[in-house]
Amino acid sequence: MTQHTHLHHFHGGLKLPHHKQMSTGEPVAQATLPAQLTIPLQQHIGETGKPLVKVGDRVLKGQPLTQPNSYISAPVHAPSSGIVSDIGRYPVPHPSGLSSQCVVIDTDGKDEWISRNPVDDYHQLSIEDIRHRVRQAGIVGLGGAAFPTAVKMNPGPDKPIDTLIINAAECEPYISCDDMLMREYSRELLQGIEIIHYTLKAERCLIAIEDNKPEAISAMESALKQTKNKQIEVVIIPAIYPTGGEKQLIKILTGQEVPSNGLPSDMGIVMQNVGTALAVYKAIMLDEPLISRIVTITGEGVQRPRNLEVLIGTPMSELVAQCGGYHPQVQQLIMGGPMMGFAMPNDNLPVIKACNCLLLENKAPAENSAMPCIRCGECTRVCPASLLPQQLYWYASAKNFDLVQDYHLFDCIECGCCAYVCPSHIPLVQYYRFAKTEIWNQEREKQKSDHARIRHDFRQARLEREKREREERLRKKKEMLAKKKQQEAEKAATGEKPEDDPKKAAIAAAMQRVKDKKAQTAQANKDNS
Amino acid sequence: MTVITAIITLAVVAALFGILLGYASIRFHVDGDPIVDKIDALLPQTQCGQCSYAGCKPYAEAIAAGEAEINRCPPGGEATMLALAELLGVEPVPLDEEHADEPVKTVVHIDEQTCIGCTLCIQACPVDAILGAAKQMHTIIEDECTGCNLCIPPCPVDCIHIKEVEPSLDTWRWPLPKQPFVAPKA
Repeated sequence: MTQHTHLHHFHGGLKLPHHKQMSTGEPVAQATLPAQLTIPLQQHIGETGKPLVKVGDRVLKGQPLTQPNSYISAPVHAPSSGIVSDIGRYPVPHPSGLSSQCVVIDTDGKDEWISRNPVDDYHQLSIEDIRHRVRQAGIVGLGGAAFPTAVKMNPGPDKPIDTLIINAAECEPYISCDDMLMREYSRELLQGIEIIHYTLKAERCLIAIEDNKPEAISAMESALKQTKNKQIEVVIIPAIYPTGGEKQLIKILTGQEVPSNGLPSDMGIVMQNVGTALAVYKAIMLDEPLISRIVTITGEGVQRPRNLEVLIGTPMSELVAQCGGYHPQVQQLIMGGPMMGFAMPNDNLPVIKACNCLLLENKAPAENSAMPCIRCGECTRVCPASLLPQQLYWYASAKNFDLVQDYHLFDCIECGCCAYVCPSHIPLVQYYRFAKTEIWNQEREKQKSDHARIRHDFRQARLEREKREREERLRKKKEMLAKKKQQEAEKAATGEKPEDDPKKAAIAAAMQRVKDKKAQTAQANKDNS
Repeated sequence: MTVITAIITLAVVAALFGILLGYASIRFHVDGDPIVDKIDALLPQTQCGQCSYAGCKPYAEAIAAGEAEINRCPPGGEATMLALAELLGVEPVPLDEEHADEPVKTVVHIDEQTCIGCTLCIQACPVDAILGAAKQMHTIIEDECTGCNLCIPPCPVDCIHIKEVEPSLDTWRWPLPKQPFVAPKA
């Protein structure tokens, strides 16, 4: 097919060895159902939902476990039927190695679905309905960022979308889950793409695939021929890391640059990953929430690298076991690819929505082999965001967080190109991550202190007001007393007998009554005797 | 004659400028000292009094008046001291040795079994983060607690304890990588 879209270039980038054939030899297999599933409640960008289940509840496959309570949030669902055995803090796959709130389900092996109502034609549904279903299905961006998809499918009335880009670049080495997804689910995927396209009312849709995936390209092209949709086009792009970055892919396809602090939707562009599009298909056409995903298990450290369709919450160790187990020389387990992934402290961690790949490496992580920067400028040459990585490194290591932001730290996509080419082996990206989290922390602290200041000022004002009110009351009382004394004095002066205090009068009256009563009883006693 | 003209001219000019300045001082009058607010904005607002002043604002006023050093805020730590140095254009002053480490974020926790409901801690809390009433159990609103520990000394039954704030996935920070090895110069 001739390509209509004229391609552009982005600055920098790297040509890396792909290592993708390693895991594409076998078709995608269904991972076996584990005895226990651990589902972290927070698997997306945004707020954690409120749990809907209790320990001891029986849950069905696809039943929601949380209720999102803010706009940017996503629910999680039970990936299989079983009993909720615990809700508590369990280790989650995160660079910190920290624990987070999880629902643990002991599966019963029946895999019993909740009732679903699939639709035959998504055109029957209104656009709001589709977005609502996508939101309820807990769909988040499966390319890695895990941003709630329903939010991205609602750019707002003031931002008309002209281009929908389906990101099938999969530029990071070793990972092949999107490649296998396109080969095996091209028709379903295309329907998912059409649903997103219909929801956004975009004029055209580009499916961008790197040229190192010929099977996926031909599968998508033949599926596209069958639909006869003229607005959708498969675009073959050169395999340069990181073409799959949102801003980089937009530059390649349109020649436009997303401004710093800007969003693609400002330019009439929305990008979705292929995995996300397939999840949208499942949510709308089959009424199945996001409870599984394709994960690549690959690397020299695993015996039989392949792709598996995995339920969210499955322990990583079980996946490795289903791929023939570890190679004896395995050194590390990385979630994600070799460029942007995180090393995991152990394999007893659950697969989450954002987990596209488990990479097992036989080489140990480089320990403190960094040498001083020699100012060679290689990092600047390869930076796909056109930043100055050297300057960022200097200012981040000096904790100069103002200057590091002046050099556009937050445009860094943490792709790792700079660290890859650095002849001094400086872990540059770690410095940028350090600086980013420090800056976010400072902002949080600032908000917290502003909040405390408001509360403190309010308290001071309240104490002041209470003091004033007390003084006011005291003053009034004193005034009243003074007035009374004056009146009495006046009466005494005019010769009037000062009126008795009402209290005193009441006491006198009561005493008189008692006296009378006593006299009466005494009289009665006398009479009786 | 020329002398008189000159004197009159100068007097008129002086009067004009006097009126202008007088008007400007009323028209562009600034309430309060803006530098105090700027300093106050940098302080962590724990209101803990560890600086020996009765809260963050009084300390800010003392700094503005040149009565206090900028290194007396332990909860703010080095970051606050550096920010103050930059704002005021003065040299950074090293923190006291005991406060030199990065401040650890803490909140307090009331042991509700032991609490007798005396309300003394409520009166001590500078940010109204304690909930309770006389002879009723008290509790800390942890999100509002600034970790100033001012509620601990008044407690007659010692039921308030300091608790470190555990990092969560949202507040966890990447550590600074080890600096590259630099060979000593021969």
